[in-house]
Amino acid sequence: MAGDLVIYQEEYELLESVLRRLRADSNARAIFLIDKNGQQIAAAGELDQFDTTSLASLTAGNVAATDGLAKLIGEREFSVLFHEGQQDHIHISIVGKRAILLVIFDDRSSLGLVRLRVKRASGEMETVFETMASKAAVAEETGETASPFAEITDEDIDALFSE
Amino acid sequence: MAFINYANREINCKIVYYGPGLGGKTSNLQYIYDRTAEKSKGKMISLATEADRTLFFDFLPLDLGTVRGFTTRFHLYTVPGQVFYDASRKLILKGVDGVIFVADSQVERVEANVESIRNLDENLSDHGLLLQDIPYALQFNKRDLDNVVSVEDMYRSLNFKREPTFEAIATKGYGVFDTLRAVAKLILKDLNRGR
Repeated sequence: MAGDLVIYQEEYELLESVLRRLRADSNARAIFLIDKNGQQIAAAGELDQFDTTSLASLTAGNVAATDGLAKLIGEREFSVLFHEGQQDHIHISIVGKRAILLVIFDDRSSLGLVRLRVKRASGEMETVFETMASKAAVAEETGETASPFAEITDEDIDALFSE
Repeated sequence: MAFINYANREINCKIVYYGPGLGGKTSNLQYIYDRTAEKSKGKMISLATEADRTLFFDFLPLDLGTVRGFTTRFHLYTVPGQVFYDASRKLILKGVDGVIFVADSQVERVEANVESIRNLDENLSDHGLLLQDIPYALQFNKRDLDNVVSVEDMYRSLNFKREPTFEAIATKGYGVFDTLRAVAKLILKDLNRGR
């Protein structure tokens, strides 16, 4: 499955622990790690306060549109976006080229603190992504693409639509 | 590009509804939203103009249940159909796993359909994808109108790889789930083959 993003338990737990620490260190309300295609990879914080699926999709759309704008003016990308609200604010940054880190914070934190903590956490997450990429490369080489759907049948798929 | 999470045992795929402006892409999503049980769907988001024309995209997350122990989610997106929104269309195709082309069956939209498929082909290749290779289904929408092109003529001008093709009346739901099911099936089989 070249090109598909595959995440295993070990890396998932590592990413979640980085997010939990970042959330505590930056005093943020919630932190989301999102694939650039709009799918949530991991999250930490007050998750029940937010529609996390919609957040992931709109954040990816926002980043994609801003990337388009950057290219129009000759920039490679805008690596950090900040949206300021009356109570809550959003800090968006790119991690390891393919993921987006979304930090939602209020006045218990500050933009400076979030920026500082995001920088450190991003480095840690990039290391995890590198591990994921090398695992995927090994799997590709050895032919162990590990598709959970290797044995899927037409009946399995039809059952999804039966309700 | 599907996202497979072994930790949560989830798989997420992205389906994009493409086609000319006012062809019924949003109506497809709206019908699916209206007919899907609350537990299986998320919020439908429409980034539209005041006149209800799609400005950036519509988005509908669907949770279809489990296959082989994996929760299977499809994220459905529409693109804005109007010609001048091409930059936005290109962005939405990023990471797509399957495409449904919603063609407008009306006689006066023949050219617009052909132009939109050509545009889809171009925008996919900008992402390194080939229409020839990706899971793809074709829908002839608005079959209930008087001034429609015959199905045979539409098939001749729009179908190019014998992709699954469906007649539809999206506002009434006719053909909507058949089209979705066909492309979902192709996507899951594609994963199985290990692209």
